[in-house]
Amino acid sequence: MSQTTIKTHFREIEGRSPLYLALLGGLLVLVGLGLLAAFMKGTYGHHITGMNNQVVWGLPHIFAILLIVAASGALNAASFASVFGRVVYKPLARVSALLAMTLLIGGLVILVLDLGRPDRLIVAMTHYNFKSIFAWNIFLYTGFLAIVAVYLWFMMEKRMNRYVPVAGYAAFLWRLILTTGTGSIFGFLVAREAYDAAILAPLFIAMSFSLGMAVFILVTLASFLGTGRPLGDLVLRRMKNLLGIFVAGVLYFVLVYHLTNLYATRLHGIEAFVLLHGGIYTFLFWFVQILIGSLIPLLLLFHPVWSQSRKVIAAASGLVLVGGFAQLYVIVVGGQAYPLELFPGYDMSSAFFDGVVAGYTPSLVEWMLGIGGTGFAFLLFAIALKFLRFLPTSLADDKVDPHAAGVSTATRPATAGA
Amino acid sequence: MSNESSAKLSRRQFITGAAAAVAGLTVAPGVFLLKPADAASPNSDKPRWGLLIDTSKCADGCTACVRACHEENGVRSLGRPKTDAQWIRKVNLTDQASGHEHSLPVMCQHCEHPPCVDVCPTKASFIRPDGIVLVDKHTCIGCRYCMMACPYKARSFIHEPLTDQKPHAPRGKGTVESCTLCVHKVDRGDGTTACAEACNRDGHGAMVFGDLNDPDSEISQRLKQYGSTAIRADLRLNPGVRYQGI
Repeated sequence: MSQTTIKTHFREIEGRSPLYLALLGGLLVLVGLGLLAAFMKGTYGHHITGMNNQVVWGLPHIFAILLIVAASGALNAASFASVFGRVVYKPLARVSALLAMTLLIGGLVILVLDLGRPDRLIVAMTHYNFKSIFAWNIFLYTGFLAIVAVYLWFMMEKRMNRYVPVAGYAAFLWRLILTTGTGSIFGFLVAREAYDAAILAPLFIAMSFSLGMAVFILVTLASFLGTGRPLGDLVLRRMKNLLGIFVAGVLYFVLVYHLTNLYATRLHGIEAFVLLHGGIYTFLFWFVQILIGSLIPLLLLFHPVWSQSRKVIAAASGLVLVGGFAQLYVIVVGGQAYPLELFPGYDMSSAFFDGVVAGYTPSLVEWMLGIGGTGFAFLLFAIALKFLRFLPTSLADDKVDPHAAGVSTATRPATAGA
Repeated sequence: MSNESSAKLSRRQFITGAAAAVAGLTVAPGVFLLKPADAASPNSDKPRWGLLIDTSKCADGCTACVRACHEENGVRSLGRPKTDAQWIRKVNLTDQASGHEHSLPVMCQHCEHPPCVDVCPTKASFIRPDGIVLVDKHTCIGCRYCMMACPYKARSFIHEPLTDQKPHAPRGKGTVESCTLCVHKVDRGDGTTACAEACNRDGHGAMVFGDLNDPDSEISQRLKQYGSTAIRADLRLNPGVRYQGI
């Protein structure tokens, strides 16, 4: 493979424009809402949320998992550049690693603030039960932040550039293990029929690729548009093709998950609940996750004409995120709402809501907490762009691929290559 | 930046390396899962406390055990059923095939291999050598993972500030709790629990508390003579609470 090395220039963003300041202000408001929610929850307790003793993990966990899974996937561009040697992604590697770190921090902040005792974070960092996948995850998350930070340093410090592939490889392995850990939080729960499936780990890995890519496409578009830096079609087309493949990958794992469940008679109850008569969960599954979040984006991303438009690519990315949110809602809340089956063959009732689908309505406080953590992730990202050289000055086609110069985008086939 | 060194890594090398590393790092910690529980094993010299519940004697509509438990341990309703703690509850069952109805109490089953202890990140959920499963309120961070893991829905999260607690049953906002098998009574040698006491007092005699490891105890004798059923026996958690008549 003959490749001509192109010198990429990176520069901080100016960070004085009204648009940038408005963005920071808006994000600060979101962070404020999150802090207010955390304060209220800490003062009054969890009863001001919609979570209860039947649905113990709610909206904050969905936001947190979405951010954590997307953090792993946001590293896609860096991984493809450093591990697979795809030059086209190289200019985006820094910003990809940065986004991975800030998204993970945002997700973790939500998780910590939703703890019953967030003041005991130090206990969580000093008392470990190595039988618990949660305890493993504490290492996986902090390890990810450390490895990606070193990886970023190697990329940004010229003397360390030669170690970038090694750090990139380590970061890529770590992100796979991290998402395995996140999926295993559910996969290790033998008690509940919706969980207790090893396939949840690869499903979460696939989700990380698609959700992370969707976030990354949107952030790339916004960063280049907002700073007036040129962004060519070449890299964007590759990313949107990859997004399509990842969305199809998630669909595949969802299909296998449900088919294997349907084969086991004891799981027909939970399957009928999700697929047929689960109310909001059935609606979210078929209409939001499958139709709006998967099939329509696939159509948009691979349509020969529509997919040429950046607005269409952005819309498809947004829909993938909406679908991912719905998917996590079905997994996290739907899996808890379906009653535990303690006595097979018996109808069951009690004052503790046995035998009935548990009710759960997310409260404003939960929305504020989730949105606050998300705002914090993007606030860190936006501030980092101002102070360090993460963003390339140009991603025009001739800057990412010398062979692209003079080639019309219309004549370039939409390849799926990474 | 040059990509020469990365280009040397072939796809095959990468996949092999990645697969080996992921498998190694994810499967290796699994050896921890094989660690045996600390509960006393059968026929050990140490006691293993348990409850036997005869559902044929458990009166329909009677909630004496529930009231006694909650009174003993200071568990009160705050008027929000969905977030109120329940250490023990009466469950009504109807056989889908025959329509036969009966009811029985369900509480923490004090498993020999408790999933709540396995998943607790800080070891706040723990099992005593005598088989009683408890939550250390000082190290519980309120993550609720144990509630996700419990097959019996036996745990409650405290959603709001509490007042008027019993000194022997400390509870706290933001932590998880469940039936302690009246550990304070066990430790002072009462030889029974509030629920079993109340059941006997009301003349039902549906609950027997005792040492599962003592072959001469009433509970062991009755288990030997009549057998018993464990809820979710398929999970092989070996709960300390056993049922007859289901």
